[in-house]
Amino acid sequence: MSSKRSSRTLAAVSGGLGLALALAACSSGTSGGTTAATGGTTAASGECAAFAAYGDLTGKKVDVYTGIVTPEDQPYMDSYKPFEDCTHAKVNYVGDKAFETQILVRAKAGNPPDIAIVPQPGLLAQLVATGAAKAAPKAVADNVDKFWGADWKSYGSVGGKFYAAPSGASVKSLVWYSPKEFTDNGYKVPTTLDEMMALTQKIAATGKKPWCAGIGSGEATGWPITDWMEEMILRLSGPEVYDQWVTHKIAFNSAAPTAALDAVGAYLKNDKFVNGGLGDVKSIATTTFQDGGLPILDGTCSLHQMASFYASNFPKGTKVAQDGDVFAFYEPGVKASDHPVEGGGEFNLAFSDRPEVQAFQTYLSTDLWANTKAKISSTATGGGWISANKGLDVANLTNPIDKLSATILQDPKTIFRFDGSDQMPAAIGSDAFWKQATAWITGQSTKDTVDKIEAAWPKS
Amino acid sequence: MDISTKLLTMLLAILLFVAIVGLMLFIAGWTERRSASFVGYVFLFPSILMVSVGLLYPAVRTIFQSFFDAAGKAFVGLDNYHTIFTSPDDLLVLRNTVLWVVVTPFVATAIGLLYAILVDGARGEAFAKALIFLPMAISMVAASIIWKFVYEFRPDQAGVKQIGLLNQVVVWLGGSPQQWIVNSPWNTFFLIVVMIWIQAGFAMTILSAAIKAIPDDIIEAARLDGVTAIGMFRFVTLPSIRPSLIVVLTTIGIGTLKVFDIVRTMTGGNFNTNVVANEFYTQSFRASNQGLGSALAVLLFVLVMPIVVYNIRQLRASEAR
Repeated sequence: MSSKRSSRTLAAVSGGLGLALALAACSSGTSGGTTAATGGTTAASGECAAFAAYGDLTGKKVDVYTGIVTPEDQPYMDSYKPFEDCTHAKVNYVGDKAFETQILVRAKAGNPPDIAIVPQPGLLAQLVATGAAKAAPKAVADNVDKFWGADWKSYGSVGGKFYAAPSGASVKSLVWYSPKEFTDNGYKVPTTLDEMMALTQKIAATGKKPWCAGIGSGEATGWPITDWMEEMILRLSGPEVYDQWVTHKIAFNSAAPTAALDAVGAYLKNDKFVNGGLGDVKSIATTTFQDGGLPILDGTCSLHQMASFYASNFPKGTKVAQDGDVFAFYEPGVKASDHPVEGGGEFNLAFSDRPEVQAFQTYLSTDLWANTKAKISSTATGGGWISANKGLDVANLTNPIDKLSATILQDPKTIFRFDGSDQMPAAIGSDAFWKQATAWITGQSTKDTVDKIEAAWPKS
Repeated sequence: MDISTKLLTMLLAILLFVAIVGLMLFIAGWTERRSASFVGYVFLFPSILMVSVGLLYPAVRTIFQSFFDAAGKAFVGLDNYHTIFTSPDDLLVLRNTVLWVVVTPFVATAIGLLYAILVDGARGEAFAKALIFLPMAISMVAASIIWKFVYEFRPDQAGVKQIGLLNQVVVWLGGSPQQWIVNSPWNTFFLIVVMIWIQAGFAMTILSAAIKAIPDDIIEAARLDGVTAIGMFRFVTLPSIRPSLIVVLTTIGIGTLKVFDIVRTMTGGNFNTNVVANEFYTQSFRASNQGLGSALAVLLFVLVMPIVVYNIRQLRASEAR
């Protein structure tokens, strides 16, 4: 009996060991990165002159929590170095792929980071609603007034109170094309919507299908059409109507959104205009968005509407430049003088008002940081990062698409609007809008489509 | 977390585990002197606790939530159920689920049965069985991706090659390529094929074992009576394997009602192929409509119930015989 007992106990202990090892392996879920302050002797002169106002922050720590992970995280950490070196504060950067759900959990549980890099105004509003977020200090507000426009400031505000300064930005209002094809055929980059339609008809007359598109994206299938529709409503009805549409002050099936979707249909539901190199109209639904613009390289398609990030989607060796294999032009407005831009961006939201956190927040809202970050990104990852900060020197960007995007954002005529579907309630923005847009491209009428989305809008 | 805290956590976990196992052994030793039924209840307790926490509580909670609105705050009565049975999109979801449940179990079982009879006692039986059983070993998502490639479409134009097997075969036969997973309502059947492909092997294995278990004397007696091959199947094989047949049909039926991975991977519920399980997931986790999501889950539960009850009753009946 006793020998039986001891063998049981032994088995239990060894089982426990295995379990504990598994537990330990699980506990390193999030990747952490610590950029150590190098400290040392730095006088408040030379490179550190700009940091003198923040004072000496030796021994102080700032936690940054974000969804930006390898390889984009390193340029962020490197761009914090000057701040760390000059103020002697320590910035602890933690990137987590599950950021968007985890940050809400952390804020609600009373365990928020000092600073979160929030990728959407909708999430920003949710975080402010938890009561854990802190309004931005005056220095940050002043910087945003100086370097960004009122449109950007409003996206960092909730209920009229300013919380978060913008960080990075991206531009969606781009049409990809082949510069070589344009030169060979004497096509000109259109400067109005009418010119874009005229160009489309001109190319179609040669027997070629001018546009190509793909909306396949797993469960998010359909989102590229939401971008198309947002671009159209912003151009045809203007920014005020766009805002009313996003906030549901006008119904989804009212005149302006219906007209915008029909305007998209004039391009994407015309068998003569789509789907270059990929099939008929329906093939748009089954082509992944990553593949949607690739026929431009084969010469079977001329035009493709997609955000700036699409540059990294072309195969290695493709030259993305004004004189290269493929490039993009700004999707024009109704008039050549109109300059509406749709895009996205991140915001630095603080959950603490400790002096070192506010100092760091202020640093992130300066043109100094934007230029530092742009320079580091250009050398480290070949670009792919821009800011709408008007103090950003375009010369610090090496990537032609980054240069184009920054120029578009900094244009004094630019009216910036954030991606609309990202701001709508989840039932619309990440379900009905995608689903109905997909049904629309495979044959559902515009009226049925807008009616069904309107019916799905949460009543409250 | 640094190394020392990790090691400490590990140490704590080991101690906790040893403590729990020690406690269990102590109870086991302590109860040895008690009556058998008392020991039974002691050991039943953890299972009951886990079933209550892991199954009963969520089930009751889901039913409760299905009477509330999207945020789970305001009571809305039967509104969510009303939506399911009136909105055109949800009616389509119900229609597709019916199609799945009607077609899949019968076709999969029929194929499995036919195959089991054909290869029974034939040369290379093990290899032939392995062939049809292999898809069972593949996860639903992997199978869906494989079939998505089979159905892949490329336009019918010069310089563009088909990369999908089915469309390439169609082109070889002189047809033009089709958008198999877009064209409704046939696309639902192309999705069902995937499920049948996976489940036929399961049906074949169970039924083949049942056929082999038919006593030789019955078969010999039938032969002596001069029964034809069809007669043998109709009057000997089928009645003998009836219990196994019902288990196979109901098991595949329940699996089909819950089908989610295939639809989600291949179409994401688009192109009129949505089913209840996928819509339930979409409403709960993407559209954050807790109420409607719960109502769909309850509906799924209600639909599975009769099959489970039938299954258990048949099992009891065959045990009583």
